Amino acid sequence: MFEGWDAVVLARAQFAFTMSFHIIFPAFSIGLASYLAVLEAMWLWTGREVFINLFNYWLKIFAVAFGMGVVSGIVMSYQFGTNWSVFSDKTGPVIGPLMAYEVLTAFFLEAGFLGVMLFGLKRVGPKLHFMATLMVAIGTLISAFWILSANSWMQTPAGYAVNAEGQFVAVDWFKVIFNPSFPYRLVHMVLAAYLTTALVVGAVGAFHLLRDRHLAGARVMFSMAMWMATLVAPIQIFAGDQHGLNTLKHQPVKIMAMEGHFQSHGQGAPLILFGLPNQAAGKVDYAVEVPKLGSLILKHSLDAPMAGLDTVPRENWPPVAIAFWSFRVMVGLGFLMVALGLLSLLMRLRGALYESRLLHLSAIAMGPAGFIAVLAGWITTEVGRQPFTVYGLLRTAESASPLATPAVASSLIAFIIVYFIVFTAGVVYLLRLMAQPPHHGEEGPRSDLPAHAAGITPAAGAAAAGAVR
Amino acid sequence: MTAIDLPTVWAFIIAFAVFVYVVMDGFDLGLGILFPFFPEKHDRDVIMNSVAPVWDGNETWLVLGGGGLMAAFPLAYAILMPALYTPMIVMLLGLVFRGVAFEFRWRTQRERNLWDIAFAGGSLVATLAQAIALGAVLQGVHVEGRQYAGGWWDWLTPFSILTGLALVIGYSLLGTTWLVMKTEGALRDRAYHLSWILLFAMLAAIGAVSIATPFLSVQYTERWFAWPNIILTAPVPVAVAAVTVLLLRSLARKYDYQPFLLTLALFALSYAGLGISMYPYIVPQSVTIWQAASPANSQLFMLFGVAVLIPAILGYTGWAYWVFRGKVNRESGYH
Ligand code: HDD
Ligand code: HEM
Ligand code: HEM
Repeated sequence: MFEGWDAVVLARAQFAFTMSFHIIFPAFSIGLASYLAVLEAMWLWTGREVFINLFNYWLKIFAVAFGMGVVSGIVMSYQFGTNWSVFSDKTGPVIGPLMAYEVLTAFFLEAGFLGVMLFGLKRVGPKLHFMATLMVAIGTLISAFWILSANSWMQTPAGYAVNAEGQFVAVDWFKVIFNPSFPYRLVHMVLAAYLTTALVVGAVGAFHLLRDRHLAGARVMFSMAMWMATLVAPIQIFAGDQHGLNTLKHQPVKIMAMEGHFQSHGQGAPLILFGLPNQAAGKVDYAVEVPKLGSLILKHSLDAPMAGLDTVPRENWPPVAIAFWSFRVMVGLGFLMVALGLLSLLMRLRGALYESRLLHLSAIAMGPAGFIAVLAGWITTEVGRQPFTVYGLLRTAESASPLATPAVASSLIAFIIVYFIVFTAGVVYLLRLMAQPPHHGEEGPRSDLPAHAAGITPAAGAAAAGAVR
Repeated sequence: MTAIDLPTVWAFIIAFAVFVYVVMDGFDLGLGILFPFFPEKHDRDVIMNSVAPVWDGNETWLVLGGGGLMAAFPLAYAILMPALYTPMIVMLLGLVFRGVAFEFRWRTQRERNLWDIAFAGGSLVATLAQAIALGAVLQGVHVEGRQYAGGWWDWLTPFSILTGLALVIGYSLLGTTWLVMKTEGALRDRAYHLSWILLFAMLAAIGAVSIATPFLSVQYTERWFAWPNIILTAPVPVAVAAVTVLLLRSLARKYDYQPFLLTLALFALSYAGLGISMYPYIVPQSVTIWQAASPANSQLFMLFGVAVLIPAILGYTGWAYWVFRGKVNRESGYH
């Protein structure tokens, strides 16, 4: 079995598969944790019941999503050693400490306060409970900070030297952490998480407004989500543009792949809108292009020359078609998000925010768009970095563990089976929770933990599940 | 040059993280393993609730152990993870099932039994895999240059199976004594009863592993029995005997907290024994902590963080346990 398969290709598939599953949950829980903190703050501030109801409603959803983020994340942290041992040996001295700081400053913070956030409201009182919620929200952001720093260092390495054993070692930690692509990636990813969450919350709100447009909880969540989309989607496009300019500076080959620029252009490169990149022939078939626009966007000048992949040795080309298409999916969705934001603004100004079926149906359709854009964005980033794990310095083929092909193949199959079972179930439970309207007197995730050591709260998972029904 | 021996400091930090993981997630996993012995839904709800607020924090020590190993001893991480490939992947999959069960079983009536099985099975499999990995490390792995050079089934031996079973028993004992501490009534009686059986099984397991270990390599034998080491190593079995006596007494008198705390002490002693066998190797018989260490500037950079953050983590984790202190009780919850 598995002859003809290459252990490195399988390891790459495994990393891509497990990572893609993992990022779905952080993208949602980073945004949702902040949203919950806002809801609880609004409740403490205004005392309006609708906010605590919404808080409890989304808290149950958060608990399920967070749990899936945790278990898939633990898999990731061990994948570096199991499947990429040479990479770990060589980069461990640099990115290992970044990930260790992530554990110390972020994961413990999230996990330590999560229990109080989920089950402790009655035990510690509203003020301390709010502090716990805030800690979890801050923890998710700190986590994004460190892991994106580690990833960005692999994209745009800085502040390092190579020692006698061939390991990367840090010379300047500040330069390692704040490497050239990191600030852009952090801003772009955190905005992506907020947008993703806003679109989910908006879709859930719209779904319930379609059934009952007077439902207080649905109105509040829908309005909040649409403000978020209106304001953040344009900022995200601006951030993405800046990110692209930074990439052009530090990873020009990636931009060539994203833009489908096989040929160099001495006088103004076109913007290829669509086409079929043909890696073997080194050109884009059936290209639909706007002359000189590429140079205008990337170099802010119509006639600026742009180098193409023909200036790069073939063995250093990334898979062009994947980067080209995933980039277009992300950008296309980004513009649709702006459109949704504008539509909601229009309806809001007309006083039809809670009435417009068109708006509600659009919001529902855009519910999953954030997840798709996040995945597409990461695929652009990671595939565009190929064939290196540390850009320009360490090849992917030279990063892998010395493993027998059947070992990697069977673990890949095991991951696929287990993830499909577990995450299908999880998504079904999440959708079921979201299909319930937020109502008056909403219960927290599980109210069966006694509020005092003696235990006086109403019981039962069954009761809690029943209550939502 | 720094005056302190950083690799030794880091060996202790990682050993500490792994120990905290073993005892903290140990009782969570033990509760999962015990699920088949508590078929009633009530009991299972209580058992689950007794750790629901803290299990995630407990598991995070595993991430610190793994992440810390990669950062402080990248060579060891790079050799051991491929050597333990199968047990590691199996452990991760086991942890996936048991982790999601914490939330999923409350979200469905129809499939609750399935998630109970996932919880129990995931816990059992993860425990076995962890201990088999430990056994495999102790018996030594085949290294060439900076890489693992063995096959993908080398970890499977009678010795690693023995350590696997021993840990299943050990975690279960942590689980029953945890229940003694956290529950009341019939459930607690059951936990007492199981504790007796498990304690004797655990003593047999400690004995078997202790007898088998010295046969693995000359190094271990000398470490334990050669003069003058024996002056330092002899107190370990003596202390095990003393703790055992106290544990038997506390079970007989039906104390609340003592059985759990004494079981922790038993784990600590076994763990110290492990440390005595291994030090200063991090990959037994081939790589020492100094050979595997990452450069001083990496270890120092993290040491600042550890010095400040670990006390803070212990502080707020302790607070979370304090918030959920006392007995978890279901009957009073019913109406
Ligand atoms: C931009 C955000 C982001 C990215 C790119 C990643 N993660 Fe993640 N991760 C998080 C954001 C996050 C989070 C928000 O902190 C999570 C998600 C949900 C959660 O439970 O915490 C999390 C959970 C999480 C956990 C469980 C933490 C716990 O026990 O509480 C681990 C071990 C990892 N991740 C490890 C990784 C690794 C090794 C990654 C890269 C290969 C990675 N994550 C990418
Ligand atoms: C967060 C979302 C992420 C996604 C969706 C993602 C996606 C991917 C994909 C699709 C690949 C395969 C690329 C290919 O082989 O062509 C890959 C590879 C890889 N990524 Fe990421 N990645 C993410 C984050 C990260 C982070 C944060 C790190 C490190 C800190 C990382 C490190 C790696 C490594 C080591 C590989 C394997 C080598 C390789 O094939 O390039 N990734 N990832
Ligand atoms: C429409 C305008 C957008 C532009 C011009 C844009 C630009 C970019 C660029 C150039 C990259 C690759 C950077 C690199 O690898 O060096 C990227 C990555 C990414 N994008 Fe976008 N983007 C846009 C919209 C979005 C939207 C709407 C989302 C999600 C809601 C999103 C999520 C991501 C993510 C998660 C990554 C990978 C992480 C990173 O490199 O930051 N993007 N984007």
